[in-house]
Amino acid sequence: MNDDRPLTGQIRRHGPPPTLSEYEDCGGYAPVRTMLSHMTPEDVQQEVMNSNLRGRGGAGFPTGQKWSFVPMGADAPRPKYLVVNADEMEPGSFKDRLLLEGHPHRLIEGIIIAAYAIQAECAYVFVRWAYHPSVIALGRAIREARETGLLGHNLLGSGFSLTVHVHTSAGRYICGEETALLNALEGHPVIPRSKPPYPQVCGLWGKPTIVQNVETVCNLPHILAHGAKWFRNLGKGKDAGTKLYAVSGRVKQPGVWELPIGTSMREILEHHAGGMQEGYAFRAMQPGGGSTGFLTEDHLDLAMDFDSLSSVGSRLGTGTAIVLDDRTCPVGFVRNLEHFFAQESCGWCTPCRDGLPWVERLLADIDNGNGRPQDVEILERHVTLLGPGRTYCAHAPGAMEPLKSALRYFRSDFDRHIHDQRCPWKSQGTEA
Amino acid sequence: MSRDEKIRSMLTEEEKGMIDEELSHYPTTRAGGIEALKIVQRRRGWISDDLLLAVAHHVGMAPAELDRSATFYNLIFRRPIGRHVVLVCDSVSCWLMGADRLRDRLRHRLGVGAGETTADGRFTVLPNVCLGACDRAPAVMIDETLHGPLTEDELDRLLDSQMP
Amino acid sequence: MTKGNTDSITIHVDGRSVQADPQRNLLESCLSLGFDLPYFCWHPAMGSVGACRQCAVKQFKDESDQAGRIVMACMTPSAEGTRISIEDSEAREFRASVIEWLMLNHPHDCPVCDEGGECHLQDMTVMTGHVSRRYRESKRTYRNQDLGPFVTHEMNRCIQCYRCVRFYRDIAGGEDLNVFGSRDRLYFGRMTDGTLESEFSGNLVEVCPTGVFTDKTLSRHYARKWDMQSTPSICSHCSVGCNVHLSERAGIMRRVTNRYHSRINGYFLCDRGRFGYEYVNHPQRLRRPAVRASRENSVSLIPLMPAEALAQLGVRLAQKKRIVGVGSPRASLESNYALRTLVGGEHFFSGMSEVEHHHASLILRVLKGGPAPSWSVQEVEQADAALILGEDLGHTAPRLALALRQSVRNQPMEQLERLNIPRWQDSAVRTALHGQKGPLYIGTVAGTSLDDVATRTFRGAPNDIARLGCAVAHKIYPDSPKSSELSLSEADLIREIAEALASAKRPVVVAGTGTGEAWVIKAAANVAWALRRRGVAAGIAFALQECNTLGVALLDGRSLDRTATTGADRNRDAMIILENDLRRRLEKPTLDRWLEQFDPVIVIDHVDEAVPDHADFVFPAAPIACSDGTLVNNEGCAQRFFSAMPKEPDVEESWRWIRDIARHASRDSFQSMSNWNRLEDIHDAIAGEFPLLRRIGETAPPAPFRIWDQKIPRAPHRFSGRTALPMLETIHEPQPPDDPESPLAFSMEGTPRQPPSPLIPFFWASRWNSNEAVNKFQDEIGGPLRNENPGVRLFDAQSRRVIPFFENAPPRCDRRNNQLLLVPIPRLFGAEELSARSSAIRERIPQAAVVLNPRDADRLGVRKGHAIDITAPGLVRRLPVETDETMAGGVAGLLVVGDGAYVTLPAWVTLRRAPST
Ligand SMILES: Cc1cc2nc3c(=O)[nH]c(=O)nc-3n(C[C@H](O)[C@H](O)[C@H](O)COP(=O)(O)O)c2cc1C
Ligand code: SF4
Ligand code: FES
Repeated sequence: MNDDRPLTGQIRRHGPPPTLSEYEDCGGYAPVRTMLSHMTPEDVQQEVMNSNLRGRGGAGFPTGQKWSFVPMGADAPRPKYLVVNADEMEPGSFKDRLLLEGHPHRLIEGIIIAAYAIQAECAYVFVRWAYHPSVIALGRAIREARETGLLGHNLLGSGFSLTVHVHTSAGRYICGEETALLNALEGHPVIPRSKPPYPQVCGLWGKPTIVQNVETVCNLPHILAHGAKWFRNLGKGKDAGTKLYAVSGRVKQPGVWELPIGTSMREILEHHAGGMQEGYAFRAMQPGGGSTGFLTEDHLDLAMDFDSLSSVGSRLGTGTAIVLDDRTCPVGFVRNLEHFFAQESCGWCTPCRDGLPWVERLLADIDNGNGRPQDVEILERHVTLLGPGRTYCAHAPGAMEPLKSALRYFRSDFDRHIHDQRCPWKSQGTEA
Repeated sequence: MSRDEKIRSMLTEEEKGMIDEELSHYPTTRAGGIEALKIVQRRRGWISDDLLLAVAHHVGMAPAELDRSATFYNLIFRRPIGRHVVLVCDSVSCWLMGADRLRDRLRHRLGVGAGETTADGRFTVLPNVCLGACDRAPAVMIDETLHGPLTEDELDRLLDSQMP
Repeated sequence: MTKGNTDSITIHVDGRSVQADPQRNLLESCLSLGFDLPYFCWHPAMGSVGACRQCAVKQFKDESDQAGRIVMACMTPSAEGTRISIEDSEAREFRASVIEWLMLNHPHDCPVCDEGGECHLQDMTVMTGHVSRRYRESKRTYRNQDLGPFVTHEMNRCIQCYRCVRFYRDIAGGEDLNVFGSRDRLYFGRMTDGTLESEFSGNLVEVCPTGVFTDKTLSRHYARKWDMQSTPSICSHCSVGCNVHLSERAGIMRRVTNRYHSRINGYFLCDRGRFGYEYVNHPQRLRRPAVRASRENSVSLIPLMPAEALAQLGVRLAQKKRIVGVGSPRASLESNYALRTLVGGEHFFSGMSEVEHHHASLILRVLKGGPAPSWSVQEVEQADAALILGEDLGHTAPRLALALRQSVRNQPMEQLERLNIPRWQDSAVRTALHGQKGPLYIGTVAGTSLDDVATRTFRGAPNDIARLGCAVAHKIYPDSPKSSELSLSEADLIREIAEALASAKRPVVVAGTGTGEAWVIKAAANVAWALRRRGVAAGIAFALQECNTLGVALLDGRSLDRTATTGADRNRDAMIILENDLRRRLEKPTLDRWLEQFDPVIVIDHVDEAVPDHADFVFPAAPIACSDGTLVNNEGCAQRFFSAMPKEPDVEESWRWIRDIARHASRDSFQSMSNWNRLEDIHDAIAGEFPLLRRIGETAPPAPFRIWDQKIPRAPHRFSGRTALPMLETIHEPQPPDDPESPLAFSMEGTPRQPPSPLIPFFWASRWNSNEAVNKFQDEIGGPLRNENPGVRLFDAQSRRVIPFFENAPPRCDRRNNQLLLVPIPRLFGAEELSARSSAIRERIPQAAVVLNPRDADRLGVRKGHAIDITAPGLVRRLPVETDETMAGGVAGLLVVGDGAYVTLPAWVTLRRAPST
């Protein structure tokens, strides 16, 4: 096993994913074998709790703690479910695709571990529609695992049984929100659920369920293999493990890399993404996908971990950065983002459903040179009005994070658009 | 044949078999409703009202309830589409890298805008949210294949390639 | 939503400490306390889902918390010490913003919108203070759908509160209305144009807070709420007795709306009740007395002045020895009693057919004497297990069916406490329960609209259903008689039902007169009594045929058939037919033969079709909607209705005609009627004669009742255009028509205070112009109206009484060679005669037909659409065939849609395919 890149070390950048036997040759499924014969579910939960693994889907909730809410023991409702969230539709995010396409067996091993820990007998991998190669790779790996007795009835004679199904979606970002995802899986109208009841107690079909991001689950095999302490030491700061970081935008080498969690943005940007393209200068970035607040040059040396980024008003999110360069209009950038969020609103709650399209259209007006001085104030009000607690789920608040920080860092650009009645980045006379 | 009978006989045995296989993955049939629509859509391009009724009948759902889901998702097509669907990523990373230029080229070459189908029925162009290919921006997905990064000329060549 | 009896707690609202109920959310608490807090998606009967975000308030952790945070009041429990602010500027701003968002795409077409002036969206907009438009982009528009004769659709006005789908789908179980699309492109409607299928579709009109769904019948003779006079009344279209408001303007009945009643209809009505009112406006309605000079040579009826008609009748009657009176289950208790007084008890017929009469008496016996209490609709809704025997309630007592549909959630809801989910939290409740349903067993002849929520259904001939019921009763309590010959699968089912009912806390047994089989009623009684004997707190509920079936049954009349068919020597007595279309009660030949013997035949009615060819005198009766009186509903609850229209010249309430006839005919019985000037006078007489009805006068305050010397106005107060009320006829201000009968006035002038509940003419309160104003009439949201007088319950269960079970359960219904058992299949639209005269309802009446199971149809060599001949003693009919998979085998169903062919059913009949023409 490639020790400093446990998630991706075995992934071939240009080649098929490891087969089951290739994976086993490098120690794959050994943790599961050990687990099934030597560990109780509680042992596994404890180990993951100790590892300080935090969810990689965006919110960073401690995984072990999430599991601890699942009712255990003989009286627990059955069946229980594990759902792997592979919906990855956040703009700028493409990290789970690497794991799904590049190493499905690691995910399956992770699934077995998580399912065993909460004693779930059925798991669904909820994959977004566009990830066809992932679905094919996963399907093949599941078949192999089943044939080897690693999935199905009575795994390796342990008495534990587990079925894994791949469910493909039909679009819509909101399906990634964990409770909306459960509704989507059940074939119910896709609207987030109110909590309580929490999915851990009352999730899929009313049964105890945990929803976990792909990357989170892929971390489980090596936590079991090397122990919680080893995993904690992988991180650079307070957080544990490695993290998939990505960069897109006008950089020399856009891509995704597995690095110790807590690596600085500067290192990622300059070292791994190769710095900005010729003729483009760095202006700002969203550190963790479209729903995270902008950071500027000043923040480049911050550790990319959960706490450091929230301390400056942003979020680690998915850890996939989008870079804004100096030749791109920040108003246009935010307009593009808000178009996404307005379009992807599920339509359930008023502020999101009707507030976001207004925000989008105001941004379009400003971008097109039709902005009015009071527009910025309306935008600012929306940042508060669509903030956490005021909408039904985290979609609209997520949409406000980039807007809020844009109004802070690019205020003069907004004003200039409105004052000049045109976008300074567009040559006169043309309109987007 | 009454409309009812006609609708019941719309799905082929193969389709029913594939749908039933999907349904077996879930404790309730409605969970397989969207999957069933996708199976049918993959064969027939789009879901007409009659096909929707047929699928609803097969999976035992109220048609309006299935249509609620069908109209919620952007990748279930409830209107006719071309033989090939060109999904142009319109999210931020691709936008940064020039997705607008690809869209303009498509409009120019095919004579259709977003959501429209070419007169010869070959292509339907649809804007789509982030395809998860930001490292390959600007990206386009034609049917089930991802392409990127693409220049306008490369896009032209793709459209010219052997697709029927 | 039931109120818990937990102690009250203290919450702090804008610095005021107030008492609240911990079982409620903050929105409910605030509204109950009289605070005006806007809302849309929450509904008192549907609970909270937190979608609209309109009810935002600021919540503070404790006294020292100055910042607070915005929460949705409808999603936050009222807990001891909760501190909130409604007035907080941030909360106010947020609420105004919600309206601003909702208004982005709203067409602002209030002047041409039917909802205008009684629109919850208007009210809430004013309440939040959002006044000026900042959005300068284009609005989204939609195409509307044709949803059938009841409901108009105007999607552009939609504010996406989801109430319509939540009502239609989640509450009423309808499948054809839904929401399509997503984000700000949501479409609430049907998949394609077409008539809404649910029998509760009309509630969309009231549930929708704006003008998306409006009353199509109203729009044909539209008037604004403030231009109409409204009157509290009782629905006259089935036995449940839902409370309604009738609205009138310029002599035209304009619409029916729900009048909240905490024990019966709550917030919802069925479509028959809501749209059946147009019979009042029927062009052929009888409005003038008429007399036929002679029966020779088909001389026709000639209209006459009332005095003249009465005088002529007096002459004709003077020589007569006897008058026979035919009462009516669709006439008021008072009118029936007047007739009975005029003709004397032994000549008084209840006006019901043999079967109806027998069944009503049977039900009366069960309710009066038995140990199982008669449950109101809302009590049925609280049941945690139910058995329905025979009755297709969706067609015979729809509001009761709606209650049973909700009841299946009660048993699963018991888990909520463990999960810490309050019952008002509808979205969480539905997530937690995940479609789990409590026990509901339905035994009917054919499928019913409740089958989708049933635990199990069973099908059979009415006798078989009764036999099964008796077996269940026996299983529950072995003293209850045994049923013969049970098959293995039946035994299994019986055990399951018995266990489900006996282990429930509040089970209910529901049956009725719909199948025409008395044993169904007896079996239901046996089950309920068996449960009571086992110590289970079971209730019973029956669906009867008409709005006053139970009331007229209480008057000890006799059934029609026996005398009619034997053709007893009447010696050419006179006959008075009170509000009764006898063609619906007797086979035509029998009826003709019978009427032949009477002279004169006097008809008091408003339905022209009810006047038989033999009528010699016709007196125009005021229909229930235009008169005052009392009805007894299926529960045995007496309720008052009031006239929604000023008295029309020549038209009288039936009891007045009867009194006047008595006077003109110088009958002895006139003595006891001579002082009858008002309803109260009759009430005294009834109370004196019938001990069960001794409290009949207490259903509503008497006519002299005043609030601070003022009457209760039927029209809402208006601050301008006072003269506009009768504007269609005159712009002067005439003296308002008098209404000496009641404390209500045909005027906008009178007390502004809330009247006692039976007298509330409309729901309106300051700042609350829509029907949501009902909140302001309740002490506690969803609870009884303030000082509610729910009517007078006539029977109290004798819970410790031990009375004998019904013995000799019927044997298995054996098939007969070449014959099928023809049973009546009542239809919601068509079975009841008054609503069937309403033009909107008429569009929904199915064609008369015989319904067969496809296998029986095969055996008979017929298919859907073929004509079939039915023959049985006294019955020959040719009807088209309908097939229905859910129909029991060996049974044929006759759709009850208007004529009287079903009065002698069930009966064995021979069916033969009609020779094709
Ligand atoms: C609008 C919205 C979209 C989301 N999309 C995703 C997604 O595509 N993938 C994902 O893993 N988590 C997504 N999340 C986060 C999930 O709700 C959830 O927190 C996560 O799947 C939990 O997994 P983790 O604890 O392993 O991170 C989304 C959240 C919101 C509010
Ligand atoms: S914030 Fe509201 S409308 Fe937006 S996605 Fe969440 S629930 Fe849906
Ligand atoms: S009424 Fe509270 S959110 Fe709608």
